[in-house]
Amino acid sequence: MSKSEVVVIDYGVGNLLSVQRGLEHCGVKVILTSDPEVILTANRVVLPGVGAFANAMDTLKNLGIVEVLTELSKLGTPLLGICLGMQLLLDESEEFGLSAGLGLIPGRVISIPNQTTSSKKQKIPHIGWNSLNSPHSKSWDNTLLKNNQSGDAAYFVHSFMAVPLDTNHNIAECLYGGHKIAAVIGHNQITGCQFHPEKSGEVGLKILRNFCAN
Amino acid sequence: MNNIRLIARLDIKGPNLIKGIHLEGLRVMGLPNEYALKYYLQGADELIYIDSVASLYGRNNLSDIVKAAAKDIFIPMTVGGGIRSIDDATEILRNGADKVAVNTAAVKNPQLISDIAQTFGCQCMVLSVEAKETIKGNWEVYTDNGRERSGKDVIEWVKYGVSLGAGEILLTSVDKEGTRKGFDIPLVKAVSSAVDVPIIASGGMGVPEDLLTVVNEANADAVAMADILHYNRSNVGDIRLIAKTSGLGVRNYEQV
Repeated sequence: MSKSEVVVIDYGVGNLLSVQRGLEHCGVKVILTSDPEVILTANRVVLPGVGAFANAMDTLKNLGIVEVLTELSKLGTPLLGICLGMQLLLDESEEFGLSAGLGLIPGRVISIPNQTTSSKKQKIPHIGWNSLNSPHSKSWDNTLLKNNQSGDAAYFVHSFMAVPLDTNHNIAECLYGGHKIAAVIGHNQITGCQFHPEKSGEVGLKILRNFCAN
Repeated sequence: MNNIRLIARLDIKGPNLIKGIHLEGLRVMGLPNEYALKYYLQGADELIYIDSVASLYGRNNLSDIVKAAAKDIFIPMTVGGGIRSIDDATEILRNGADKVAVNTAAVKNPQLISDIAQTFGCQCMVLSVEAKETIKGNWEVYTDNGRERSGKDVIEWVKYGVSLGAGEILLTSVDKEGTRKGFDIPLVKAVSSAVDVPIIASGGMGVPEDLLTVVNEANADAVAMADILHYNRSNVGDIRLIAKTSGLGVRNYEQV
C-alpha cells in the first residue's frame, strides 16, 4: 500500500464523507473499508465514529476488527480515533452500563458532568467550538497538534468524555462548564481527538495534515 | 458561559439560494455554495441548509448541493426540508451533513424524532420549529415553511420533542423572519427556559447588536443569520468581533 493512502474504517457509523473529504484535502487517497486484512496492511488508519459505544464495539467485534486494531498498535501503525472512535481506544465506558473498549490507551469513558463547577445546570450534549489547551503547558512539538497554538478552537459534539489513567496521555484539553475535558489523547503512534478535526476548519485540517505526513 | 455559535442559514429553492420575508416572497440570491464558501472563510461556526419547498413537493434536493459543499467546507452542516424518514436522513448524512433538521414530518409523525435520535444519536436530531404568535399571546407551530398551521403550542411541542430525543432546537420566528427588526426575544426566552437542549435563534437579525440581546436576554446558544449576511449588511468576522468586545464567548478564529 502506498504511503499516500489512508484507510478509514467503515463500520456503518457517522458522516464518513466529511472525514474522507478532509483527508483528501490533505492530498492523500482514502480507502473506506471494513476488511480486516486491508486495515492490517495499512500505513495509516482512521477510526471514526458517531453513536453508541457498545454498539460500535459489537460491530467492530463482529467484523473482526478489534484484534486488528490491537495488532496495529503493536506494529506501530499510526491510528487516529475521532469522537466515539477516540473513546473506543480506552479500556471501558460507562455509557448505558459498563462496556469494554479496545484497551489501547488505559482509562475510562464517563458522562460529562451535568453541572458546571459552579453548580449550575449545563447542557448535554456538549455541542460547539472550544479552545484547546495543553495540560501543564507541555509542548505540542511531537504531536499532531504541532502547528496549532494553545487557544485554537475545535468543534465538539459529545455526551461522554475520556479520562485517561495516565495524565501524560492527555495532549490537549478544553473547558466545558469549568470541567477539564480530554480533547486530544495520545500514546505512541495512537492519537484520539474528541472533537471532529474534519469539521474544525483550518485548525482541524492541520491535525489531519500532520497525521497524513508523520 | 459556553461559546455562542454564529451560524449562516441558507434557504434553498431548486438550485438557488433564496431569501424571503416571513418565509414568503422569495427572492433568488444566487448559487448557495458560493455563499457557503464565503461564510466558511469569514469564520461561520456552522451552516444550515433548508430546502424551502421540499415539503410541498415531497422531496429534498439538497443532497447534491451539500455533497459539493463538503469538498472544501470543513465546518458542521445541518440540513433540513423534506426529511420524512430514516432513509431520507441516512441519505443526507451520507452526503456530508452532520445533523438533520426536521419540522413538517415530525409534526405529522413525532415518532420520527425518536427514530432519528436512536439511529444517529440525539446530537444529530435538530427539531426545526416555525413559530408564529397568536392573538392569545402564545406561539403556534407552523409547518411547510411557514405556510400551514398545526394547532400545536410551541412550548408544549418543544418539550415533547426533546423528551423524544431532539438534541437541539432551530427556532424560527415566522413573524420576525426577513424583517431585520431583531429576534423574537419573548419567544426565544420562553423556549430556552422550557427545555435544556441548545437553542438556535433564527429570524430577524437586522444588526450585529441583535445577537447580544438574544443571547443576554433570551439565553440563545446560537444564532442563525441569513438576510444580514446575504445582503452584505455585515459579515461573520465583524459580528464575531462585536460579540467578543461585548463580552460574549465566541470561538477564536483567525481568518486564513
